[in-house]
Amino acid sequence: MTATITTTGLPAAGRRGLVRRTLGSRSGAVGAVLVGVVVLGALAATLGLLPDPLAQAPAQRLSAPSAAHWFGTDQFGRDVFARSTAGAAASLSIALVAVAIAAVAGTAAGVAAGYFRGWSDRSVLGVTNVLFAFPPLLLALALASAFTRTWLTVAVAIAIVYTPIFVRVARGPVLSLREADFVRATTVLGFSPLRTLARHVLPNIAPIVIVQVTLSLSWAVLTEASLSFLGLGAPPPAPSLGAMVLEARVLVNVAWWTMAAPGAVIVALVVGLNLLGDGLRDALDPRNGSGR
Amino acid sequence: MIARHPLLRRVLEAVATLLGVAVLVFVMLRAIPGDQVTASLGTEAAALTPAQRAALEAYYGLDQPLPAQFLSWLAAVATGNLGMSQRSGQSVLEMTAAALPITLELAVLSLVIGLVLGVAAAMLSASRPDSARDAAGQAVGLAGLSVPAFLLGSALLALSARFLGYNPNAEQFAALTADPWLHLQQLLMPAIVLGFGLAAPIMRTARSALLEVRSQDYVRTARGKGVGPRRLALRHVLPGALVPIVTMTGLQFGYLLGGAVVVEQIFSVPGIGRQVLLGIQQKEYAVVQSTVLVIALTFVLVNLGTDLLYRVIDPRVRAS
Repeated sequence: MTATITTTGLPAAGRRGLVRRTLGSRSGAVGAVLVGVVVLGALAATLGLLPDPLAQAPAQRLSAPSAAHWFGTDQFGRDVFARSTAGAAASLSIALVAVAIAAVAGTAAGVAAGYFRGWSDRSVLGVTNVLFAFPPLLLALALASAFTRTWLTVAVAIAIVYTPIFVRVARGPVLSLREADFVRATTVLGFSPLRTLARHVLPNIAPIVIVQVTLSLSWAVLTEASLSFLGLGAPPPAPSLGAMVLEARVLVNVAWWTMAAPGAVIVALVVGLNLLGDGLRDALDPRNGSGR
Repeated sequence: MIARHPLLRRVLEAVATLLGVAVLVFVMLRAIPGDQVTASLGTEAAALTPAQRAALEAYYGLDQPLPAQFLSWLAAVATGNLGMSQRSGQSVLEMTAAALPITLELAVLSLVIGLVLGVAAAMLSASRPDSARDAAGQAVGLAGLSVPAFLLGSALLALSARFLGYNPNAEQFAALTADPWLHLQQLLMPAIVLGFGLAAPIMRTARSALLEVRSQDYVRTARGKGVGPRRLALRHVLPGALVPIVTMTGLQFGYLLGGAVVVEQIFSVPGIGRQVLLGIQQKEYAVVQSTVLVIALTFVLVNLGTDLLYRVIDPRVRAS
């Protein structure tokens, strides 16, 4: 599950070339389209362009997909398309916040540990080892149950689980970067460590962190959905993809769309994020001149 | 450094990690809203007089400072006292002794399915890179990575019950000794779900390892000697790619223990994952605390075991 790459530094082509090469590869393009479609739906739901996901219409309960209800309706006559997109918006925002926290905290800790070594390295590694000693989903479950449930605490629980991955991803290359001549030169020139880290070390590990962010987003979406399936996600009545699948378990025999719709949205989003991560990794890898 | 020997250092590291795990588990469960008094009495706790409440807190040891509470909990755990379930009155040690073997059995079954599926897909993919076959194999890998266990499990259960009229998990869970045939059937679907998720990382690792081994000199030599393609793939290429495959499989043990919570819940399998979830739902502190600790302990021991195994298998690890 922990994918790491050995790239250091953006290739000469620069950032614009990176986007072009990522989208130019087959997996990157397919991934971008899948993620784009789900994000568009989520945005439409957030901006209120779709029917109210909570509005009940008992007369139209469990009606099959049609022009009026693209993904049909559920046991309360609520529009499944509106619920799925609102659920996607919730999943995505929790995953984004979780990964943002994990990336910032994990990268900062990993860079500090790798650059300063000594006690800061030992204590960061100690905490990392403890967090790695839990199966990820179990840790998220235990943490989520420890807090009063709001969407933010769910995000924080997921963030704690994924922070050690960023520590590991950032620390490794920093260990070799600190010995590199151009970094050592900054010490001789009298730069403060903070300036060295911000201007010379961070830009060099940015590509690996970016790839890790994409891959972690897909795991975070899965973790959030699993938590809400187990009843430990953000509290109802807010629509959530995992909770929708849970409710659909007793409905699926009479209304297959109640499970198929949220399921398809989750799979599209996670497949898309995985493909995008693969495309990004290939585009950043200098060994692949053109990507695949 | 006292421990210069790498092996001893690795063991000491595991012990230190376990101590950290114990602290984290303890802190997490202290953070849960409410406490043992409200948990055992429910809403009636509000009716307690301050004196009654203080007496109960003293009974549960909640009036002690936190480090003292931690130490007494740790001492109890070390002597095998994992606390008891307030609801059933059963000791957590007994509950765990019944549940853990079922989860381990499920894990082994999933490992076998994941390995067979993952390695087969990888061999198919690597046999002709960038072909339709390769794309199909890689699609299996991507699906395993992207279809969550809860979705696959729910769909599989619903589909097989509806169209095949087959749902062994609707019956009461059968112990291995009571009805081995039903027992195996009840574990099969959850194991397929977990194995499918496991197949994905195994497939990805195995594919790149197989592709790398295929280009090596000894494989070319074997092909030159006239070894047939099937024998070449099974007897020459696959053994050369085994080490990374085994490593990846070991790393996935955590996924299995986490995924067990989900599939045991869906398929009503009374394993350790379900024990944690039930404990959380019923606010049984002792159950959650001790079970999470047992799972983390299992995970740390498996990781330590894998590490030590490598020192035996691979001389290069021993030297470093």
